[in-house]
Amino acid sequence: MAQTFIEKLIARNIGADSVRAGNIVTVNVDWVMIHDIFIPFAAAKFEEMGFTKLWDPDRVVLINDHLVPASQTDDTRHLRVGNEFAEKYGMTHVHRSDGICHQLMTEAGYVKPGDVVFGTDSHTTTYGCVGAFSTGIGYTEMASILGTGKLWVKVPETIRVKITGKLAPNVTSKDIILTLIGDLGADGATYKALEFVGDTVEDMSIASRMTIANMAIEAGAKCALFRADEKTAEYCQIPLTEKELSLYGDEDAVYCRTIEYRAEDFVPVLACPSQVDKIRPAKELQDIAIDQVFIGSCTNGRLEDLMAAAEILKGKKVAPFVKLIVTPASRKIYQEAAANGTLQILAEAGAMITHPACGLCCGRTGGILTDGERIVATNNRNFLGRMGTNKVEIYLASPKTAAASAVAGKIVCT
Amino acid sequence: MDQFTGTVWILGDDIDTDIIIPTEYLALKTVDDMKPYAFSPLRPELAGLIKPGDMIVAGKNFGCGSSREQAPEIIKALGVSCVIAKSFARIFFRNAINNGLLLIENDQIQKAVHEGDLLTVHTNQYLEHDGQKYPIESLPDNLLDILNAGGLVKAMRKLNGLD
Repeated sequence: MAQTFIEKLIARNIGADSVRAGNIVTVNVDWVMIHDIFIPFAAAKFEEMGFTKLWDPDRVVLINDHLVPASQTDDTRHLRVGNEFAEKYGMTHVHRSDGICHQLMTEAGYVKPGDVVFGTDSHTTTYGCVGAFSTGIGYTEMASILGTGKLWVKVPETIRVKITGKLAPNVTSKDIILTLIGDLGADGATYKALEFVGDTVEDMSIASRMTIANMAIEAGAKCALFRADEKTAEYCQIPLTEKELSLYGDEDAVYCRTIEYRAEDFVPVLACPSQVDKIRPAKELQDIAIDQVFIGSCTNGRLEDLMAAAEILKGKKVAPFVKLIVTPASRKIYQEAAANGTLQILAEAGAMITHPACGLCCGRTGGILTDGERIVATNNRNFLGRMGTNKVEIYLASPKTAAASAVAGKIVCT
Repeated sequence: MDQFTGTVWILGDDIDTDIIIPTEYLALKTVDDMKPYAFSPLRPELAGLIKPGDMIVAGKNFGCGSSREQAPEIIKALGVSCVIAKSFARIFFRNAINNGLLLIENDQIQKAVHEGDLLTVHTNQYLEHDGQKYPIESLPDNLLDILNAGGLVKAMRKLNGLD
């Protein structure tokens, strides 16, 4: 019987022959991720529920990323509560300043293809880049998983996105996902899985797939899925066996929608203030003056993103009055970018390079803006008030568009 | 509660969780501390005007954005009896049920109702406004169980033999 990717994955997880979209099932959780901003709430709910031990302390990952280094005095309370909780319940996986949660969950070797993962952050959809079912939940549900290792889910319907052909050099996977969100709308994939197939996707690095999976939630999706391949196996440091290869969507499975793109048709685009689905080609926005550029986040703070920006910024200077903030997604990426000269190029161009963390993306640290100011940013949300006052204009773009705009002092099409 | 009536506040499409409660207030100690800032990027005065028993009527994709559970908690803490929207974002939907906040999907009432109007909810049956009835669907059993227990914490306490 033909099945979608998510149907196969969930059926395997619960030990059933098959499940169908719409079924409500209880899944066995492989990993959970809790970040600093919600740990006090999850910890309090866990104890209020009457649990006295974690279902499996080795399957729980605590990551400090929104609040490190602390920017408000009360932030340190979150970090302290996290430490106390980890110690009290014997947790072994705690990252106190290693980078952004969604980068670390795969980079640090936790999530593998076929896993079922829940996190207290909405961008938990990111781990679909290695073929895992991962999605965001609130801290009360997190508390219940911490005690039981289980959660109910409705098996989602699937939208299949097929992309074939070769991308132009100035186009990245960010332009693909922004275009898709524009086409679907911010609620176009609500409750649904997004399954990505086609030779364009197969040619992509894991980092590029991460960008797409990361932003699936911006179309409302429950998860994004990429079939595991040799690149996945190398990235996850596992052998590529039948177990990984057998997880994919059958051609003749029931899809609620199929969307096909030719890679050659994509152009550099930006999401305009203040909705992620307000997509326009960079060409139509040229000459809009900007005050700041942010290159970083769990969407686009990886080595290939920093290198793409460096390639554009090499030997050039950021425009006067433009602040360029670069935030690597993890310490590992920071070190790699330092070792291969990328950070040097960025610094010479005038970038301010910050510690790896969420930083400006969630409007907490380093680069808050005020009324009338405009920013081109590589992260995933441009919501009203996210990076300062509600009169800040946030444009979302690829690292290439962002870097070129930093030099020009205005939005440009590379 | 088979039926209840409240005063309506109107919000639009895609009311995201950064609007419901901006990130900068998330590290405040309690939901009551955060409550005055609800909806502040869009309507700073709104949190001060909402009275217990009031209702919110919104467009599509209500609660889109982050997983912050303070979003439904704050709406509940303001005393809002239910949110009626054309559709809800999925994480917000789960969080609301887990915190005992009633959500109702309906895409017709928006055309009829104005801010300040009275609206009556006949639970699991229909909405009533100005003599007109608007049918609504019942939630699945597993969600009704959580809602009826008073939220997921209470349901889990029961599981652990505490209540």
